[in-house]
Amino acid sequence: MSVAISSVELRTPADPMLPRPAVIQAIKPETYGVATFSLAFTDPAEAAAFRFQPGQFNMIYLPGFGEVAISLSSDPGKPQVMGHTIRYAGGVTRALGRLKVGNTVGVRGPFGNAWPVERALGKSLVIVAGGIGLAALRPVILSILRQRDAYGRVLLLYGARTPADLLYRDEIGYWREGGVEVHVTVDLADEHWKGQVGVVPQLFYRIRVDHKQTTVMTCGPEIMMRFAIYEALARRVPKESVFVSLERNMKCAVGFCGHCQLGPMFICKQGPVLNFAAVEPFFGKEDF
Amino acid sequence: MGTTAQSLPRLGASVVLPKASLATLLENLRATGFTPIGPTLRDGAVVLDELAKVEDLPVGWTDEQQPGQYRVKQTRDSQYFGYGLGPHSWKCYLYPPRLKLFSLHRSDGQWVMQTPGAVVPRYALIGVRPCDLSAIAIQDRVFLGGEFRDPHYALRREHIFVLAVNCSQASSTCFCTSLKTGPRAAPGTYDLVLTELPEKFVVEIGSEAGSEMLRDTNWEPATAFELGRAAQVIERAERQVEKELRTDDLPRLLYDNLEHPRWDEVATRCLSCANCTLVCPTCFCSTVEDSSNLKGTASERTRVWDSCFIQAFSHVHGGNIRPSTRSRYRQWLTHKLASWIDQFGTSGCVGCGRCITWCPVGIDLTEEVKAIRGKVAS
Repeated sequence: MSVAISSVELRTPADPMLPRPAVIQAIKPETYGVATFSLAFTDPAEAAAFRFQPGQFNMIYLPGFGEVAISLSSDPGKPQVMGHTIRYAGGVTRALGRLKVGNTVGVRGPFGNAWPVERALGKSLVIVAGGIGLAALRPVILSILRQRDAYGRVLLLYGARTPADLLYRDEIGYWREGGVEVHVTVDLADEHWKGQVGVVPQLFYRIRVDHKQTTVMTCGPEIMMRFAIYEALARRVPKESVFVSLERNMKCAVGFCGHCQLGPMFICKQGPVLNFAAVEPFFGKEDF
Repeated sequence: MGTTAQSLPRLGASVVLPKASLATLLENLRATGFTPIGPTLRDGAVVLDELAKVEDLPVGWTDEQQPGQYRVKQTRDSQYFGYGLGPHSWKCYLYPPRLKLFSLHRSDGQWVMQTPGAVVPRYALIGVRPCDLSAIAIQDRVFLGGEFRDPHYALRREHIFVLAVNCSQASSTCFCTSLKTGPRAAPGTYDLVLTELPEKFVVEIGSEAGSEMLRDTNWEPATAFELGRAAQVIERAERQVEKELRTDDLPRLLYDNLEHPRWDEVATRCLSCANCTLVCPTCFCSTVEDSSNLKGTASERTRVWDSCFIQAFSHVHGGNIRPSTRSRYRQWLTHKLASWIDQFGTSGCVGCGRCITWCPVGIDLTEEVKAIRGKVAS
């Protein structure tokens, strides 16, 4: 008779639900209620091994408060420092807003798939961002700037509610110098604003798009993305060349919790970046 | 022959076992270190719990099930497995409703993490019905089949012993025949499978471990006559299945009818109570709960079952993606019968009928699908 073994013990260290400690190295206020947190894993080996691609996200954990999925918004060429531009919107992000440099948070990641920056090599790019959506696209811009010559025209169409809500204002000048054509609009101007007023999709009226060789990447409120896609498709950009980044409730980021489903897709696995041709049947479907 | 101490039936063999030998079988499982879990009677329902002794099984009980109705009643026979499925499924053991993921405490300004000493019992699942075996195979795909593996599920799953039972009767809410999950257990999914005859069991040996558990029982090789009687028992159960779910036009039917008026109609009946997702043997959605002490120096993270019927399930800043009962019922049904196929290569439904029986207002998903099919656009 075999020896009785009445219980078994978990020896697998690879629990994808366990966060790892990371230190807040810097907090840069961006706009009212938005700041960029620079995080680094406490364990130097872990920090050195971390890599991410533009569009991927981390789960940031605060003991006792919970966990949030936040896009990496920093330069993928410098992955040891994980930049996260965070809007203080819910319980966890507001608690994050009370932390200071030197405090520790938990981090798991990176999760999700990436913007097709490789696929777009040699082609032109129209990046369409609304509000905090620019945070998920900033790594794309920074990646392109590292090898600007490898791409055709690169346009950024960006908008926010008011001039005070525009992110990365101190960087946009560098992006322009680096060869990114930047068009900015606000929904509501103030007396100092000299730029465009109107919603982001209207910026398409100001540009010419070579539909045969343009990739469109968009992130922002779903209603903005929907109309940005209309404008792109109206200019005969094929659906297969349009990419969106979607946001859903996420608890696990590894396809177990079921929260982030959109039809057949788990946004945490097949997304957050999705090809519009794949997502179209479910995109903008009311309450789906 | 067969009853000598050394001789054990070979893999794939069929034997007959006196009913009294089930006690020996359970003792053998215990002696090997297994904790037997099986059906038992509690609070007027057949539920799963630890079986301390073979008498804990609801011998001589059966049940009556209708949409929204469940009643147990005593019979005049002494069948060990003469009842249908209760509200519990085996996911309660393989994928626990509450699971502590880790705890943290603050020490010298640093958070120190402790993972629970994940020591879990080795479960012997007693009386697993064929549809529930399929459900376990489906959850295997969810938790073990992808890029990430759930170590908690793997730990519990890898060490189970499965004593399956072929069905000898069908409830009015059963429709396993539509999903090809029953009433006979598929080979390769069990260690042992019983078919219950009035005076004995016919047992098929599915694994070496299964054979080993027949040690010291009074098993005999099954005769062709006994095998024939066992087959008749299963055929009778198959004939009793009345409910049907056509699956040939899924997932398209549901994807093409996301705006069907039936979703509005079912939303007037559905209470969004989440009962169906709790009793479903494949539903796997979970959330996490964080709790901390009042001083903020210790905190805990727990994974708990969640349901797409709960309003906060789809919460993002600014609101809920699925604010209405209509949108939540549609999510559940399209996931179960359509997008599940895209995600995991199998339907999320095994035809067990629990969601029909345990729906407080008796919503029957097979009727909902029929209604949608009845009036498809064009």
